Amino acid sequence: MNEDLIELKEHIEGKLGEDLLSAVVAFDELNIRVDTNVIDRVLKFLRDDRMCRFIQLIDLCGVDYPERSKRFDVVYHLLSMHNNQRIRVKAAVGEGDNIPTAIDVFPCADWFEREAFDMYGIQFEGHPDLRRILTDYGFEGHPLRKDFPLTGHVEVRYDDEQGRVVYEPVKLTQEYRNFDYMSPWEGAEYALPGDEKAGK
Amino acid sequence: MPDGTKIVTVEDSASDASSERNFTINFGPQHPAAHGVLRLVLELDGEVVERVDPHIGLLHRGTEKLIEYKTYLQAIPYFDRLDYVAPMNQEHAFCLAAEKLLGIEVPRRGQIIRVIYSEIGRLLSHILNVTTQAMDVGALTPPLWGFEEREKLMVFYERASGSRMHAAYFRLGGVHQDLPQDLLDDIGQWCEEFPRVMADIETLITDNRIFKQRNADIGVVSKEQAFDWGFTGVMLRGSGVAWDLRKSQPYEIYDELEFDIPIGKNGDCYDRYLCRMEEMTQSLSIIKQCLAKIEPGPVMSTDGKVSPPKRAEMKDSMEALIHHFKLYTEGPKVPAGEVYTAVEAPKGEFGVFLVSDGSNRPYRCKIRAPGFSHLQAMDWMNKGHMLADVSAIIGTLDIVFGEIDR
Repeated sequence: MNEDLIELKEHIEGKLGEDLLSAVVAFDELNIRVDTNVIDRVLKFLRDDRMCRFIQLIDLCGVDYPERSKRFDVVYHLLSMHNNQRIRVKAAVGEGDNIPTAIDVFPCADWFEREAFDMYGIQFEGHPDLRRILTDYGFEGHPLRKDFPLTGHVEVRYDDEQGRVVYEPVKLTQEYRNFDYMSPWEGAEYALPGDEKAGK
Repeated sequence: MPDGTKIVTVEDSASDASSERNFTINFGPQHPAAHGVLRLVLELDGEVVERVDPHIGLLHRGTEKLIEYKTYLQAIPYFDRLDYVAPMNQEHAFCLAAEKLLGIEVPRRGQIIRVIYSEIGRLLSHILNVTTQAMDVGALTPPLWGFEEREKLMVFYERASGSRMHAAYFRLGGVHQDLPQDLLDDIGQWCEEFPRVMADIETLITDNRIFKQRNADIGVVSKEQAFDWGFTGVMLRGSGVAWDLRKSQPYEIYDELEFDIPIGKNGDCYDRYLCRMEEMTQSLSIIKQCLAKIEPGPVMSTDGKVSPPKRAEMKDSMEALIHHFKLYTEGPKVPAGEVYTAVEAPKGEFGVFLVSDGSNRPYRCKIRAPGFSHLQAMDWMNKGHMLADVSAIIGTLDIVFGEIDR
């Protein structure tokens, strides 16, 4: 399996040339990274090339790395049933940047892109119907971003007097308990109570 | 006009049937044939469906977000709540992903138990699907008979894990507890009895005229369409593609087992029903083979940094006590990296894309649910069909909202 992957990697490196930013085999999986402006070309190549034949888009998702200058990764998982191989394609997108849609290459990218837009706010250029998909009607924010709080911003309840459902800012009767089980001597970022002066 | 002909424009009148027949209706979110909370906005021309716009997310619970805030052990129960008709198959994908990052091996007995329970999950899901699909097209008896058997299977879940559905039984490095021999015997006994029940159900459905009328040539999917739309599992095999992850990318001990992959010919709802029935027979055979192969041994990896020590060991070993405490509070730390692992869940390829940053919590855990890809095909699969076929097609897609909305 691994030798086939290395062979595939060399083939892709040879064909894509400068379009390819990096290609790594890790954990028996092939990862390639490309730039957003060539993504549709690369996907089309991976689908149509005789050696690759990745005709199925299995998954498309976003990942958030807030500390990077281009904070999102759009990750495509492709499957080739002919060769029994998988490949992961990644492209970095900044906040507010666009990435071309993959619908023309893989029709099933439709909902996956809507989900990535909903969860991260990644804009897919050329998507015919980029609506929210999983969150509530009228939801604000992008919940899977690392800076979105786990509790969300609003809570919902039925108001008896108004006779309808109302949205209110989240009120926690008990503070959210974010346990940090990391040992203090392994880089915990807080001072233990009574230990404030130790570092001074 | 120069040649003397006149153009006459006819205004649509109120009595003009063609302009009257277009309307939009709401199907769901509370509808017994929607298999959960699915809202479909259907645009109809008379009784013919022109466009389907599924609105999903009514069961969205933010599983992926929650998992980012939990340790690996705490993340497992969320997977039971995805596809809640075959809970352990989901846990399996997550455990395989974390194990791949950790680089640990599951002992043989643990692997066999995992296979047994994955196949029980497949039976649970397929029994539910074929019988409720019959219900969607008008038969009430099959689900009643099927649910009786599901109840027995859920008792097997309960006897292994203490819970009928939300088992949290598969853990990193193996399964939580060993199975007693009488449970294995009972599972074997059930495998002997079930074919009779299945035959009974088949006499109700397979040659039933109404069932055939409602399913044959409905929701036809060609091979190309199945590839384009990311179909996996029975949705793909029903169209004649012999692709099963248990064969092509085997995990656990599937490469040692003998089983066939049923494929369909026409790619319609009826073929997919037949595939599911045959898959149940194959699952029974897999369980029987596993029961023959199972031998005493550990069910969990003996790597002390991942799997907790035995209760008895904790009574007299300080080291074991510390490990137990650390594993159930801080949890194991998983090396940094990215993996995608997939299992052949009853509904198709269920995958987990796990990104670890080296801490005790997943950095990102994307859940690839098969139903998500299948449901987005609702629009073109229904185009041109009658309104009544919508529920047959929802039935054949085998959707469960736990996994689609996540």
